[in-house]
Amino acid sequence: MNDLNFPILSALIFLPVAGAALLLLISRSNESLIKWISLIVSTAAFIISIPLFTEFNKSTHLMQFTEKHSWIPSLNINYSLGIDGISILFVLLSTLITILCVLISWNSIKAKVKEFYISILIMEGAMLGVFCALDFMLFYLFWEAMLIPMYLLIGVWGGSNRIYAAVKFFLYTLAGSVLMLVGIIVLYYQSGRTLDILELTAKTYPYPLQLWLFWAFFAAFAVKVPMFPLHTWLPDAHTEAPTAGSVILAAVLIKMGAYGFIRFSLPLFPEASRAMTPVMLALSVIAIIYGAVICLAQTDLKRLIAYSSVSHMGFVTLGIFALNLQGMEGGILQMINHGIVTGALFLSVGMIYDRTHTRQISDYGGVASVMPVYAAMFMVFTLASIGLPATNGFIGEFLIILGGFRANQWAGVLAATGVIIGAGYMLWLYQRVFFMETKPKVAGLADINLREIITLLPMIILIFWIGVYPNVFLGFMHESVKHLLERVNSGGAHEASIAKNILEIIK
Amino acid sequence: MVPLNWYLILSAAVFMIGVFGFLTRRNIIIIFMSVELMLNAVNISLVAFSHYLQDMRGQILVIFIITVAAAEAAIGFAIIIALFRNKDTVHVDEMDEMKG
Amino acid sequence: MNNYLLIPFLPLAAFLINILFGRKYLKENSHWVSILAVAGSWIVTVITLLDVLSGKIINEDLYSWIVSGEFKASVGFLIDQLTVVMLIVVTTCSALIHIYSIGYMRGDKGYYRFFAYLSLFTFCMLMLVMANNFLQLYFGWEGVGLCSYFLIGYYFDKKSASDAGKKAFIVNRFGDFGFGLGIIMIFLTFGTAYYAPVFSQAKNFAAQTVNFLGYDVHLMTLIALLLFCGSIGKSAQMPLHVWLPDAMEGPTPVSALIHAATMVTAGVFLVARCSPIFSLSETALTVVALTGAITALFAATIALVQKDIKRIIAYSTISQLGYMFLAAGVGAYGAGVFHLYTHSFFKALLFLCAGSVMHAMSGELDIQKMGGLKKYMPITYWTMLFASLSIAGMPGFAGFFSKDEILWLAYSGQSPVGKFVWVIGALVAFLTAFYSFRLIFLTFHGKFRGTHEQEHHLHESPKTMTVPLILLCIGAVASGWVGIPHLLGGGAHFMEFLKPVLGHSEANATHTEEWMVMAISTIAGFSGIGLAALFYLVKTDIPVRLAQKFNTVYKTLWNKYYVDELYSFIIVRPAIWTAKNILIGITDARIIEAVVNGVPKGLGEFSRILRKVQTGLVQRYAAIMALGLLIIVAYMLWR
Repeated sequence: MNDLNFPILSALIFLPVAGAALLLLISRSNESLIKWISLIVSTAAFIISIPLFTEFNKSTHLMQFTEKHSWIPSLNINYSLGIDGISILFVLLSTLITILCVLISWNSIKAKVKEFYISILIMEGAMLGVFCALDFMLFYLFWEAMLIPMYLLIGVWGGSNRIYAAVKFFLYTLAGSVLMLVGIIVLYYQSGRTLDILELTAKTYPYPLQLWLFWAFFAAFAVKVPMFPLHTWLPDAHTEAPTAGSVILAAVLIKMGAYGFIRFSLPLFPEASRAMTPVMLALSVIAIIYGAVICLAQTDLKRLIAYSSVSHMGFVTLGIFALNLQGMEGGILQMINHGIVTGALFLSVGMIYDRTHTRQISDYGGVASVMPVYAAMFMVFTLASIGLPATNGFIGEFLIILGGFRANQWAGVLAATGVIIGAGYMLWLYQRVFFMETKPKVAGLADINLREIITLLPMIILIFWIGVYPNVFLGFMHESVKHLLERVNSGGAHEASIAKNILEIIK
Repeated sequence: MVPLNWYLILSAAVFMIGVFGFLTRRNIIIIFMSVELMLNAVNISLVAFSHYLQDMRGQILVIFIITVAAAEAAIGFAIIIALFRNKDTVHVDEMDEMKG
Repeated sequence: MNNYLLIPFLPLAAFLINILFGRKYLKENSHWVSILAVAGSWIVTVITLLDVLSGKIINEDLYSWIVSGEFKASVGFLIDQLTVVMLIVVTTCSALIHIYSIGYMRGDKGYYRFFAYLSLFTFCMLMLVMANNFLQLYFGWEGVGLCSYFLIGYYFDKKSASDAGKKAFIVNRFGDFGFGLGIIMIFLTFGTAYYAPVFSQAKNFAAQTVNFLGYDVHLMTLIALLLFCGSIGKSAQMPLHVWLPDAMEGPTPVSALIHAATMVTAGVFLVARCSPIFSLSETALTVVALTGAITALFAATIALVQKDIKRIIAYSTISQLGYMFLAAGVGAYGAGVFHLYTHSFFKALLFLCAGSVMHAMSGELDIQKMGGLKKYMPITYWTMLFASLSIAGMPGFAGFFSKDEILWLAYSGQSPVGKFVWVIGALVAFLTAFYSFRLIFLTFHGKFRGTHEQEHHLHESPKTMTVPLILLCIGAVASGWVGIPHLLGGGAHFMEFLKPVLGHSEANATHTEEWMVMAISTIAGFSGIGLAALFYLVKTDIPVRLAQKFNTVYKTLWNKYYVDELYSFIIVRPAIWTAKNILIGITDARIIEAVVNGVPKGLGEFSRILRKVQTGLVQRYAAIMALGLLIIVAYMLWR
């Protein structure tokens, strides 16, 4: 089961939590110690996650590094963890992103430093838990646990309208999650009292029930993604959150929705998913175009990037619900890509916000003349965001459009228009911020320092690594995705053939 | 021998006086006294039932109630004094801080 | 060791070195890195050319790029006759323009950045032409577009420059939209994105139709036209030509390298490379030919009245690219590539000469403020004159052979629109000669019309600039000699060389007709020069009077047929208007947010009503309690 003879996933999840507990013991006046401990803990978590990457067996779709302990025996709830080719990349992304979040907040968070880092570390534990959990109750626990630190991050350290944004974020997500909880309970009774995700996904459920449950789960996941028309919490949350919050939100949190679709909705409800494909494709395409067009009229830097996330996540859901290999792999890769690129964009915006304290695009101009290194790095992220070949964005978008086109020509064609508009708004943004004459607000700004370069460097490396040699990453998912698609596309085939025979006899 | 009903009627009468006083008076001390009256009405009926059923538990309960009532009176008057010091009044209509 | 790998990767290395160390360490020496790299590429290219001439074709994968299920694309290289021609064009022009840039860009604060971009561009362009599969082609395609964006917007503190860069990129994205879909269609049809299997199997699908977005269309036509969308964008054909004139905001060496000699010809290269697909669809070929012909005419007419020296040459580029498509559209891919090859020399030369003139005029672009420059800058004058003679198709010059080949094959080929495009082609030959010499006469002849300050400053450019001019001039004159047709006693070696890749277009006409076609285009060229001489040397008042008399025509041409305004009106403004007023204003704010904020607001409203019950008067609560108790008791008693 576990090749390492070491409960690596538990260690991964609880190390940050333990770190947070350690921070509790430290005097709040000792800020630098707090920062260093969080940096060390998050780096340690990242280092622990590296063996996952190196020891992972790419030739099987089975769960790896599994752990299973009885937790609440009377309800048959277990503490069970494991990762496969779909979740492993998210685990790595989460551990990486947390380090960057600690680094980016080094000087920008000045109030309640201790609580801030505690929130970040607990957040990390919960995120990892979501991606590793193989028991529905455990999954739900982590899923909801994640909300609390995020709520605090936005509500305490956010911008001027933070309370509204935090409450909106919390209620929006909670409303969705509660419907999922109902769905989980129904599944629990339907399946003969088990909450083991692998057991549940191996069973078949009657079609009408699948349909109901599909929409119950949809509520939870679509809010998180966010899919059109459930996206309006995102711009507010992103805009008001502190940089680290935006980064976590963009890089990891909203991936959980799409991850949920792949991990739960598709294998649990294959027939319903297939039947709902047109709806999902339509919503995805609307999100792509809607998010992109709306970006053209944004005046706020963070809001623009937030809406671009809506567009990019539209690509992800399009890829997933194309229900073919290219689309699905592109979708998963694009989630990672979006995490990297949008995370990096928010990091960069945070850096310049720390200097100018304005998010208005019109206050900027000519930044490239004052901060050349920063401008160059931001250009890389811009290009990755518009999907230029040799950056990661291209690989994901191309596979998605290929898969989408295969599933439905209109979906592929319309999604491709999103790429045009994407180039439009990102380059226009870049022009308004970095080019033209230097505005008084940015005159004399210092270029980014070494800490900031180190924060952005991993993202740049990943952008080109995935862009130039994506097979390292695609290789993880081949088997898992293939297995999943077999499940989705064959699920119900037996019943369908019976129904067909009956119809023939009637005729 | 006085029949049980008489005790109960007395108890009910005292209780209703208490209720009426509680609902109509605006002086908090009088309201408080009305509450005490209601408690004692309950005590009367408990003692009466205790005697009627030949079960001593009722009377034990009454002793408990009297003890608690004493403690409650002490705390209650302390609150009332604190209120009076802050508000200069014992009129309940002026104490509506808890309204939504 | 495959030394051909050095061709693209040397410039890449130069780019990395310059971008990482240029700003702090290399500074004024950045050009050495780039020039050594491109010179190395050129040498390896020549070696490769010799290999190919001896019949050695390379088609190898370096590594698998993307693998997803049955989809597979790699980074791989195909070096055949067509590739090697493009390699020669790219590395030669690139090397000369690198050298020219030393002088031209001296003292610029972004010196290292300029050379870094040039190297990156060279790398991408080489990757484009050397690709052995469509996805790598797409990589190079977007890569050169990116470099073009960087270099057009090189003076990024100027709004017009950054606007132009953005415009170039986005307009190209429109073309790439179709190109990308074309690649997807190719993969879905053939199950692979490699050239070799696609081209060899294309015949099997010649008669197949496919349902595309609800319409049944001929498969090969669909694929060919989707690919052609990319070409239209990159090679600035109608209706996506709008970015190229604006691209002149970039430094002049960039205009020469990217927007004349190499990148913009990528569209022609694509059509030539995909000739096995295009040849299967007469519809697609007709579209290509007509697009080329109309663009050639359209751009040439605009060039007649422009005053900005670089814009005139830019429109001339669009027009000449139209020629190349015209050739490809009548099935004469070889002639198109031949013109691509000769054009790269004389057009790069024209731009570099224009750059030299601007250098002397302290950045002045308006040819009406020039004049009489001949005596101040003889080298520039003579080289530019030769380039113009070449573009005007004067017999013996490079442009003559390629243009004649195109017109002859258009006239004699199988294409249903062949004769029609030939007429347009001959007309454009006349216009080309006219506007080219208008430029020469206004710039170099007559009296100087600028300020005294400018006149005082006039000088010939430094050696680093004039040497590339002379070298390119040799190309502009002599590069056509490898393709002298049989009629004139040559061997048409160029066409023969490309035959294995591009096939051969049959000419069904007599020698007499061939002489006639040649004579007509030569006469057109001569009369164009003659008319220009009449208008701008002898009777200089004619152009002004003509402009007054045909004011509407003049205005339309001067405003480039109002295409930019049209696009702004039908695409750009509606998009932003929709975003602002419909999506943000109505959908997000009034519909979705109304529901999202409405639910909590409704709950709040409900609780506000309910809250009134809570008066804070304990006695009232007690009264209600008592009442409730009474009701319950009453109910219990009398139920």
